[in-house]
Amino acid sequence: MASSEGQQHPLGIYFWIWGLLFLISFFSYMVDYLQFHGMLRWSLILIFMFVKAGFIIAIFMHMKWERMALQLAILLPPIFIAVFIGIMSLEGDYTFLTRIEFFGESSFVPQSPHH
Amino acid sequence: MSEAAMTNTGGVLPGGLGGVTSDFSADKQSFHVPWGKAMMWIFLLSDTFIFSCFLISYMTVRMSTADPWPLPSEVFALSFGGDPIPLILIAIMTFVLITSSGTMALAVNMGYRKDRNKTFWLMVATAALGATFVGMQAFEWTKLIVDEGVRPWGNPMGAAQFGSSFFMITGFHGMHVSAGVIYLLWVAFRVKNGFYEKRGGNYEIVEIAGLYWHFVDLVWVFIFAFFYLW
Repeated sequence: MASSEGQQHPLGIYFWIWGLLFLISFFSYMVDYLQFHGMLRWSLILIFMFVKAGFIIAIFMHMKWERMALQLAILLPPIFIAVFIGIMSLEGDYTFLTRIEFFGESSFVPQSPHH
Repeated sequence: MSEAAMTNTGGVLPGGLGGVTSDFSADKQSFHVPWGKAMMWIFLLSDTFIFSCFLISYMTVRMSTADPWPLPSEVFALSFGGDPIPLILIAIMTFVLITSSGTMALAVNMGYRKDRNKTFWLMVATAALGATFVGMQAFEWTKLIVDEGVRPWGNPMGAAQFGSSFFMITGFHGMHVSAGVIYLLWVAFRVKNGFYEKRGGNYEIVEIAGLYWHFVDLVWVFIFAFFYLW
């Protein structure tokens, strides 16, 4: 597993992951095509997204075979993004409520897209 | 995952958390990978933060607008003569990008096997698929701007912030794909003309270019989930 030797792995694993990525992408497209809504839709989108991202990082980008020092240096800092998401969703909610409070409900009449 | 590894001088490095301590307290280098690869990873980490900022600001404006958000499923539907099929162009773009990720992974493998011809053609195929993706994106932008009247400051289908978020996020991603196509072709032609043979036959550069390309695919996974499906 010495990284200085380069990352050499049997071809089979790439074909497997490639196939899985196709399958999961098809599933996520089906979430929209079958018009799932609410919690079911959001949890399916997130599950498929994280599984796909995990396979790409772990196998295609070889993170699974790197040493732990590199894994932690790259994969830990994105935790701050989760904190940022939390802060900004509070901010988004607050702005929304303030807008409703001061400007009232939206009177926007949406048009359908033409194809 | 991280067992003991050999150093260049033949010594043995400890694995696990003890390995982290020993790597970061090393005199010479912390990451036992070629420096180019470590730098690419650090660049990708910073790029992660850039794309996160875009997606988080998109989340914030979408949560805070009182107007209805345009339905991506309808906006990005495409009709081939019959009823419009929801999100079909985006689905095809996703499959094109995943296919290119697969060919890139194979190119990296062939590079380490020093099979220059196969590496070259797999990288050219990857770049061609990337260019196809950008072409489809140009089509999508044209359709949205000309037919649907989407502008960064408003659109007839819902909240004004839809346009600015869309152009910013997909535009920045498309720019990354375009840069990647040029980068891949550059490396591919150097593989072909034997440039790396003169430098000791080291094909790490293919893996480094591959890391960038997989990252572009990775970002698309998140854009697809949050912008198109949510």
